[in-house]
Formats: sequence, structure tokens, C-alpha cells
Amino acid sequence: MGKEKTPFLITVFRFYRDGFRSMTIGRTLWAIILIKLFIMFAIIRVFFFPDFLKTKTDSDQDKSEYVGNELIQRNNTNN
Amino acid sequence: MDELTTTLVDWARGQSALTAMYHWLFVPLTLGLSVIMSICETIYFKTGNDEWKRITKFWMTLFGVNFAIGIATGIILEFQFGTNWSNYSWFVGDIFGAPLAIEGIMAFFLESIFSAVMFFGWNKVSKGFHLTATWLTTIGASLSALWILIANAWMQYPVGMKFNPDTVRNEMMNFGEVVFSPVAIDKFFHTVISSWVLGSVFVIGVSCWFLIKNRNSALALKSIKVASIFGLIAILLTLYTGDSSAKIVAKVQPMKLAAMEGLYEGNTHQAITAFGILNPEKKYNNDDDPFLWAIQIPDGLSILAYRKAGAFVGGINDLIEGGYEAETIKGEKYIMPSMEERMKSGKLALNALAGFRQAKSEGNSDDMAKYQEILEENYPNFGYAYINDVSQTIPPVDIVFYAFHTMVLLGAYFLLFFIVMLCVYGRKNPNPHRYRWLSWVGLCSIPLAYIMSESGWVTAEVGRQPWTIQDVLPTFASISKLSTGSVQTTFWLFLILFTVLLIADIWIIIRQIKKEDFDKSATQDHNESY
Repeated sequence: MGKEKTPFLITVFRFYRDGFRSMTIGRTLWAIILIKLFIMFAIIRVFFFPDFLKTKTDSDQDKSEYVGNELIQRNNTNN
Repeated sequence: MDELTTTLVDWARGQSALTAMYHWLFVPLTLGLSVIMSICETIYFKTGNDEWKRITKFWMTLFGVNFAIGIATGIILEFQFGTNWSNYSWFVGDIFGAPLAIEGIMAFFLESIFSAVMFFGWNKVSKGFHLTATWLTTIGASLSALWILIANAWMQYPVGMKFNPDTVRNEMMNFGEVVFSPVAIDKFFHTVISSWVLGSVFVIGVSCWFLIKNRNSALALKSIKVASIFGLIAILLTLYTGDSSAKIVAKVQPMKLAAMEGLYEGNTHQAITAFGILNPEKKYNNDDDPFLWAIQIPDGLSILAYRKAGAFVGGINDLIEGGYEAETIKGEKYIMPSMEERMKSGKLALNALAGFRQAKSEGNSDDMAKYQEILEENYPNFGYAYINDVSQTIPPVDIVFYAFHTMVLLGAYFLLFFIVMLCVYGRKNPNPHRYRWLSWVGLCSIPLAYIMSESGWVTAEVGRQPWTIQDVLPTFASISKLSTGSVQTTFWLFLILFTVLLIADIWIIIRQIKKEDFDKSATQDHNESY
């Protein structure tokens, strides 16, 4: 009997699983990546970097209106 | 601009500069090191010599550390667009968004899939497949840079779009024109290839440290040989692309070129300044000499910018006054308008935008068409509506001049550096003990490569001030109505975050370098992962 061929997706899964399991310095690096992404997206993005125009209005029409007024008034303030 | 707004713009600009410069400490090493490790693996593939595999794995580890710590640091710039620069962000949304979205997808698929094969796949996939994955990771990293640089190039030379007064947005009309703009192509090659220079200097510097410590000499000497040849090719290509950059800047951003050269009064047969110390008292509207001391090469700038010794190169005052014959990037001749004319035209454009919006609210389609026509005609000068005084159109000459000359001088230094390294360490059986001083030079040159690389960005970005989008939108119209305090808070937050990341990067890289035992690694199981 010939040896049964392992399905491709299982081979890929095992490849990644074994790769992650055998990591050395990679573990530290993944920890840094995850902490960094958490700080960036769950703290900095959420608490410090709101979408400024979204805080003013939700619709694109109103955003156009807001930026249009801003650009025109900015010029008036500037002169 | 009132004082408060100026402070807000300065802090927001400072924050963008801080983010971009820290991000750029990681990126060039990733780009440079990726090609060098790919070359080393190619040699391993060709020769089957196990030493090259171990050399590849060593540099791959350092690449992995730098890649992992640097990854996503640039995303913070995108946070800033939405918060600090919301007018700008809305104004350019469609055009700026497309390249960045492609970059995200491309980076994810190419880098994350193939880098996994590259790191996990030794002895699990065929040598050929592994080598392909390594090269695809390298290509993926460069392609990520391509899309970011296309977005940046569009800000320096906005093409392929049409402004829609109804939505107050620039809409992409010709994707090809955005992607294949000469500024984008040149910027891509100049930036990526100069990163190869930095990667080569890093490899040589680390190898020299091994030679100084009398450790891992086989790894060090082989690596120096590869990096010297590669670095020499890279620096020659960087000089070539830098030369074409200057030619493009002369036509697209002549004020930037004037600032790069500290040139106030232009001339035909214009000399180029090789070295110089600027006169701090010099202003555009006084007669002081621009330099306290300078060494200049006759005709140099005319040749650099227009390839003709007799060509006229405009200085800062010529650009303010206008009236001389200039040339577009497509080679069309035109008379340079004065800043006053541009300011008038910009105000016509902005008033037309206001008129269009008023007519729209009244449902007057005839007036809408009339104002749209005026707007379109004057749109290339739209940003000049916000200029009150011509001095606002002059970038900080001292920063741009010194950054540009630092970059050029270090470029020349590295040309010599690679030649000497190749001559000394590229020979058969070199004696590193005899050239210990040279190893110290190699090690100490690592920070110089970073200074060169950052100086290039300072020249490009400070040189285009006051524009976020050249001639179309200045920083003070791009900024959101925020409190200065909130921008200051996030500035310090980023400074801390990036500094911690940088310290982690340097610390882990140094630890990995110190740990490397090339002879011992020959006897270790090659299944060992990273």
C-alpha cells in the first residue's frame, strides 16, 4: 500500500505550528510586536487619535461642508 | 497666522517629522539587509557551501529583529493624518488612500506569507523554494516602500487628479499618471537603493566588529566582500538617481533646489556649492552675502539642473520676483510667475470655491459653472491663497542646505569607503590584524549611514515647506482645529514609545551579534529556528 498523502492545508498548518513552536528569539519578537500593536491600536488610536472629522459629523456630505468652510474661513483668518 | 495656530502647526509638523524619522531608522536596514541576505543565500544555493547558509541565517536573524520591531511604526503617520491633518486627509482622500491600501495588502501577502517560509522553512522546503521565498520577502519589502513613496511623491508633484468643488476632494483621474510620475519613479529608486547602501554599511560595520574582537573571521570577511561589492554598486546607483532627482526638483520644486544650495540670486553658469557655511544674517530681502565661507564649482548647478553650463537657475529672490524663462518637467517653456501673481491666482481659486458653494446652495447652475471654470484655471496655485507674505513660501534654508550637503558629503565618503573595503578585504587571504584601524572605521561608519539616510529625508520634506501638497495646500490650511496641548501630549507619547522600541531594537541586535559563534553553528542542528 502506498503512503497516504497529507492534505495541503494540513501540511501548511503543521508548517506554521512547528515553526512557531521551535522559535527562539522569535518569541521575544512576537511579544514585542503584540505589545506594540496593542499600545498602538487599543490605546493610542482609541484614546488619542480619533478621526477628527467623524467627531464633527458622520455623513460625507457634511464632511465636505465642514472642510469647505474650514478652507474658506482659514483663508479669511489668515488675511 | 496667529501665534497659537503657528504653534499648533509646528507641534503637528514636529510630530510627523518625529514619527517619519524614527520609522526611517528601521526601514532602510530592512530594505538593505534583505537584499544582502538574499545574495548570501543565492551564493549558498549556487555553491552548496554550508558556510554561506550560516552567514545567510545570521544576517536573516538581524533582519528579522529589525523587521519585527520596525513593523507598523509607520501606521502612526496614518493616525496623524486623520486627527492632526484632517483637512488635508479629506482633501486628498481618494488619491492618498489608494496607494496606502495597496501597500497594506501587498505587505501583508508578500511579506507575511513568504517571510514565514523564509524563517520556518530551512530544511522543510527545497533549497530553491526557500531561496524564492527569501527573494520574494525582499521584493515585498521594496514594493511596500514603492506604494508609500508613490503617495509621498504625489504630495511633492500632484498629478493625475481633478479637484471636485462639490465634495472638496481631489479625485483620481489617471492612476497611471500618479504611479508613473517621474517624481515617484525617481524617489522610489533613490530611496530604496540608498537603503541598500545603509544595509551594506551595517553589514560591513558589524563584520568589522567581529574582526576587531578576533571572532567569526570567516563570516566577517565573506560578508564584507559581498557588502562591499553590493554597496559600491548601490552607492554608484544612488549618486546616479540623486543626480536625476536634482534635475527633477529643479523643475518641480525650484524653491527646494534654491534652499538646498542656499541660492538667493540665481544666474546663468550658476556655480554649485561643494562646501559652505551659511551667513545666519542673510534674509531674502537684504543684500548680505549668503555665505560666510564656501567652495564652489563653476557652472555646476546649471549642469546639474539643466545639463547645460549656460542654463539659468533661479534663486529664492528670482522665484519671488518671477519673470524668467523656466521649463516644466515635460520640457515645456514658460515664464515663471511671481509669488504675488501666484497669491492673486490662489485667491481667485479660493474665492471661486466659495462662490461655487454659494451658487450651489442657491441652486444657480450658471454661476456654479462660471466659478468652476475660474477654480480650474487657477487651481495649480490654490495653496497660495493662504500665503500672506512671500517669506512664507521660503523653506528653512539652513536646515535644507546643511541636510543636503551632509547627505552628499557622506555619499562621497561611502563611495570611497566601499572602494577601500573592497581593496583591503576583498583580496585573497586578507590580514585583518594589519588593518585594525580600518575595522574601526567600518564600525564607526554605521551611524554615518543613518545620518546620510535621514539627511535625505530632511532635505526632501523640510525643503518642500510650507506645502503639504506642493502649491495646492500649505500646512497651515491642512491642520485640524485642535488644541496645541493635545498634539504636544501625543508628541511626547510617541517620543517615549519610539525610543523604547529603538532601544529594544539596538539591544536585541547587539545581543544577537554578541551571541553569534560561527564555528559552533557549523556543528549545530540546522533545524534550529529563529
